[in-house]
Amino acid sequence: MAVSAVLGPKLPDLQYLKRLARDQLVHLLESLPGRKDLVIDPDLMTPLDRIAGASLLKQHGVDKIFKLERTKIHGGCDQLVYLVRSKLTTTKLIADQITADIRDARKRKYKIIMTPRRLQVCDMVLEHEGVFGLVSIEELHLDLIPLDRDLLSMELPQFFRDYFLHGDQTWLASIAKSLVNIQSLFGPIPNIYGQGRCAKMVADMVDMMMSELGERQSPIGCEIGHLFLIDRDVDYVTPLCTQVTYEGLLDDIFGIKSGSVEFGPDVTGTDKSIKIMLSGEDEVFRAIRDRHFSNVFGFLSAKAKELQTSYDKRHNLKSVQDMKQFVSEELSNLKKQHKALTLHIGACETITKNKSRGDFEEQMRTEHGLLEGVDVRECINFIEESINRQHSRTEVLRLLCMLSSTQGGLPSKDYKSLKTQFLQSYGTEHLLTLHNLKKLGLFVEQQAPDATANKLTDKMAAKLTDGMASLQLQLQLPKKSQFRAVSRKLNLIPKSAENFELRNPNDMAYVFSGAYAPLSCKLIEQVLQREGWTGVEDIAKLLPGDNFVHLKAKSAKGKASGSNPDSDKIVLVYFLGGCSYTEVSALRFLGKQKGYRFLVATTALVNGGRLIESVSGWK
Amino acid sequence: MAHVTGDWNPLGQVFYRKQEIYTLGWRDIDLDKFVVAAAPYGGPVALIRDETKLVRVQGSIRPVIYIYTSSGREISSIRWNSGHVIHLGWSCSEELLCVQEDGSVLVYDIFGQFKRTFSMGTEAKEMKVRDCRIFNSHQGTGLAVMTSSYRIFMVNNVDEPRIRRMADVPGLDAPPSSWVVISQDRQSRVLLARENDLYLLDHGGQYSRQLAPVSQQVEAYTEMAVSFNNKYLALFTNTGLLWIGSSDLERAYCEFDTKCPQRPKQLAWCGTGAIVGYWENILLMVGPGKDYVKYNVDSTVHLVPELDGLRILSNYSHEFLHKVPSVVECVFKIGSIEPGAMLYEASREFQNGSPKADEYIRMIQDRLTVAVDQCIQAAGCEHEPTTQRMLLRAASFGKCFLSDMNPEPFVRMCRTLRVLNSVRDFTIGIPLSCAQLEQLSMPVLIDRLVLRRQYPLAIRVCQYLKMPEAEGVSRILAHWACYKVQQTHVDDELIARSINEKLRDTPGISYSEIAAKAAECGRTELAIRLLEYEPKSAEQVPLLMKMGRDQLALAKAVDSGDTDLVYTVVMHLKEKLTLGDFLMTIRNLPTAQSLYLQYCKEQNREMLQDLYYQEDNFQESANCRVMDSYNETRMDERLRNLQQAQEAYTKARNEFAAKVTEEQVRLLKYQMRLEEELKRPYLDLSLHDTISQLTTEGNHKLAEQLRKEFKVPDKRFWWLKILTL
Repeated sequence: MAVSAVLGPKLPDLQYLKRLARDQLVHLLESLPGRKDLVIDPDLMTPLDRIAGASLLKQHGVDKIFKLERTKIHGGCDQLVYLVRSKLTTTKLIADQITADIRDARKRKYKIIMTPRRLQVCDMVLEHEGVFGLVSIEELHLDLIPLDRDLLSMELPQFFRDYFLHGDQTWLASIAKSLVNIQSLFGPIPNIYGQGRCAKMVADMVDMMMSELGERQSPIGCEIGHLFLIDRDVDYVTPLCTQVTYEGLLDDIFGIKSGSVEFGPDVTGTDKSIKIMLSGEDEVFRAIRDRHFSNVFGFLSAKAKELQTSYDKRHNLKSVQDMKQFVSEELSNLKKQHKALTLHIGACETITKNKSRGDFEEQMRTEHGLLEGVDVRECINFIEESINRQHSRTEVLRLLCMLSSTQGGLPSKDYKSLKTQFLQSYGTEHLLTLHNLKKLGLFVEQQAPDATANKLTDKMAAKLTDGMASLQLQLQLPKKSQFRAVSRKLNLIPKSAENFELRNPNDMAYVFSGAYAPLSCKLIEQVLQREGWTGVEDIAKLLPGDNFVHLKAKSAKGKASGSNPDSDKIVLVYFLGGCSYTEVSALRFLGKQKGYRFLVATTALVNGGRLIESVSGWK
Repeated sequence: MAHVTGDWNPLGQVFYRKQEIYTLGWRDIDLDKFVVAAAPYGGPVALIRDETKLVRVQGSIRPVIYIYTSSGREISSIRWNSGHVIHLGWSCSEELLCVQEDGSVLVYDIFGQFKRTFSMGTEAKEMKVRDCRIFNSHQGTGLAVMTSSYRIFMVNNVDEPRIRRMADVPGLDAPPSSWVVISQDRQSRVLLARENDLYLLDHGGQYSRQLAPVSQQVEAYTEMAVSFNNKYLALFTNTGLLWIGSSDLERAYCEFDTKCPQRPKQLAWCGTGAIVGYWENILLMVGPGKDYVKYNVDSTVHLVPELDGLRILSNYSHEFLHKVPSVVECVFKIGSIEPGAMLYEASREFQNGSPKADEYIRMIQDRLTVAVDQCIQAAGCEHEPTTQRMLLRAASFGKCFLSDMNPEPFVRMCRTLRVLNSVRDFTIGIPLSCAQLEQLSMPVLIDRLVLRRQYPLAIRVCQYLKMPEAEGVSRILAHWACYKVQQTHVDDELIARSINEKLRDTPGISYSEIAAKAAECGRTELAIRLLEYEPKSAEQVPLLMKMGRDQLALAKAVDSGDTDLVYTVVMHLKEKLTLGDFLMTIRNLPTAQSLYLQYCKEQNREMLQDLYYQEDNFQESANCRVMDSYNETRMDERLRNLQQAQEAYTKARNEFAAKVTEEQVRLLKYQMRLEEELKRPYLDLSLHDTISQLTTEGNHKLAEQLRKEFKVPDKRFWWLKILTL
């Protein structure tokens, strides 16, 4: 394949996963013969599209498709299949619906398909509600869904809240299972690195599950050489930043759901919305997805011109033969590209409109300031002003969290005042949100070394002018901010932010306009380069959780066992708690730079907004 | 050596032979004084003193059941101190079934260990059982009893006894002349003779009278026997007539006049080809062609029908009477010119160094494959290892002349014979024939070895036959370990260690099963020790819970990371313990606690408060109250919740939050007032939004009032003004 020749080692075919899940779903549907209605968990709507379309479901006896809601289900067949995430709330909803049916003396057959696995606690809820005997429960092992050739997602955004906020380890087994599945399909992964508590637990569980399966020599050899498990709390800063790559911007502005995006009328130029699947198969999109936004429009217009010349070819077609060839081969391709191009140009316009909003510049300056740790006081002022002006709550929270994460917490006075202001603007109920963020360590108060010093600082701060205060802040920060230390050690902030080469970047930091290179990706780069943590211990010490490494490939046997010679260059990075499109782009860039090919797996794709929303105390 | 055909007796077209398989190991056993029950497939033999015979009682008056191997080695004895035993028999899994007069059936293993008991129903209990038959049904081993009211009750499978009452025979007021159970087409029926009337009864309450199959006039059918495969039936009449036919009475093969009206002591089929009757000192074998063979016996014998023959137990020896298989006949019959016979001769000549060998081989050159095959098959039918060896040697000699012979049958036969010879050994005492083994299958044979605690032999057989570890060796080791844990006189530590040493790296071993066994024997400590070797937590936890080691179970569940397990234990604990104890138990395990909190958040908010209270976690408690407040619709409830939250925040020393909640209470009250006054919705707007709305509506005075009340900073207020105006 030409593409793989250009991009280096070939990636394993992730479509297997999709096929497996689809076959299992079909099997489950067929196990209930006859017509049936399907009730789908809203959380599963878009992910399911990736696995099985409506036509496939219809083929297998599904009559109507409902969304699982608080309302009763009227009409329909006498067989009901629920396809849901195994969660307490959804189970409760189902139980309520069944009870309602009983009250109406309606007789139906119920089947609940839980994904990614059946949970004891859901059984308990059904039992508690007295409907356990009426339902048959199955599980659908829908864990990692391939969203692209190099992107897998569990589509489990609640994992972040459940694990990092509530310490609920329920999903870990499913994550481990997904890795076991990957290994049974693509062969055992010889080298495993990890950072974080959750990563460690998952790795241990995978180990245990693999040993329970026994040392089966898989016929495929191993196709993936390295696995890197990383907890989201290792690097909160990166997903909090405003994204400026094309795909990242699409996510921030339009919202990408399970790899597809819906463009409204303002993009399409018509009065209809269009939903498109974003994938590497689309040539135009592949070329622009990872680019810095400033570099997209130029490309698109060049591409448009190129297309025009291709179209123009039709004027100088000499023979009927040529014409036939043009129509049959090139035209449809051109049309497809043309359509994609129109949409992307439309999207670019909307993005540009968004960016030229009055304070966008200022917001970016603030973010960069926070990342670099300069003019922090000004940044705080900007945030305060945003609060006072009732800017989007999520945006404000995002900035607050970024402020706290980069500076290692806020001085007590600022912390209190920002909190008060925030609650006055957005309502007291967000006390819970703030509490959650504090629990996560996303928005915290600086621990004063001791009370007297604190008092002194308070007094001084009161006396000093704003500029001086920021100086004061900086003075006491380096000791506190771990982000700053890590950032320095990993060289995350490029020396010259001005005249940074965005067009043909040679530094990963291009994904944030040359202001910052994602911590997570830089860390992965360092560890892969050193084949372990030796040499980066001092950095790892500053990060939450433990690190670990299991290397098996060192033994000669591992290398010789007929595995794909490319496998050493294939790296699976698993983000536990979500990753952003920018990180995916950064990893793709790193791959091109160092000759790796990265497969990215994650529990969900996040951006700053969704990350914050998912832990909001108020829904 | 006597010629092989020396003990052959012709019965019509075929030959029968009687071979001694063991000289019995028991001493001073007079079968005449015992009721004998021998299990088929060379199984064990149980003896109990026959109470209808007079004997001088020595020692205890209590009867004793002795259990021997087929070779007469004593395995165990049971001192019987239960009710009156009517009948003894064996199930297909070699369990001894002792049927008592009161209809209860006691099940023992071959070591005389009591296993379980079941009853044949109240009617059997009240009316007393007078007769019993044990038979092979399609589901396993069946058992039928006849009560003293001549009703028959039957179970088709003694492992899952479901009692069925058979149809009543009209006018049956005296013991039937004879009766037998025929199990065919997945149904068990009873064939019963009342004098000269035959009835076929089934459990559906139906009976059908059968036409008399016998051509002569008879008064009663005094004895009947069904063949091992339930296809053939023999009836013996009071006139001494022996009728042989199919079990559905459709076809008659022959009627043979024994000229002896006395009913035989035992009537049994020898395989499917002949029926053997036993009278005092005489065994009469009758074939379907009216041919017969008579054997004299000098002591009491007991006949055990087998699939392919008949075993004859006497006081001193154990013989096997069976039809000479046709392959054996081909090879050994005098004057046989079958290729097998030629090859056998050739091989013998060859061993004698005689050139005649070549001559013989030339004679059968084109039929050598058949010859080899016959020799291999014949070897399988022989009991004597020397004969087996000679036949196999002949086969291997013949193979030399064949270039494309498939070695598989030869190798397989050698293996099978090796296993058979080793289990036929006197010490093991399972005299299986090749055909029986084929029916029984190798795994069952291994199970039987395990049942006899012949663990080393069983393991060696598995290893020899290269069985997969999981179903072979490790299964046996697991059984061994289960046996080991029952040895209560050995120290826990010692057992645990010795088990672990043997089982350590065998795949497919379930330590939890062994531990469960230990727990069953009341050895909790040992069970726990064994469970530590179990790698799968999912297996450990339920057992630990069962043993009441809840704390340990919880800890293990938490370690496993399997939340389902944790929930299981937590819920179990919640049911079992008082609330206080329960909360104390889970507080030490954060994982369990956080899971339970999650559950409570959805299902039981009261409990949630209790949990927080117990933990002095005022912060979370307050958060929870705030949440509740916003979920409430009634205003007073909302305020109450908020006030509680405020108190909790104060306790949590979170002055900030306390202050904020207090302000929120004030704001809410304010908003209520506004709503009343201005008849517009204000509730649940943030402070900023409230002021902003008031400003938009032109209520500047009220806005100003709020600003003062809540000390809104100037900066914010002016931004608000700018944005709203």
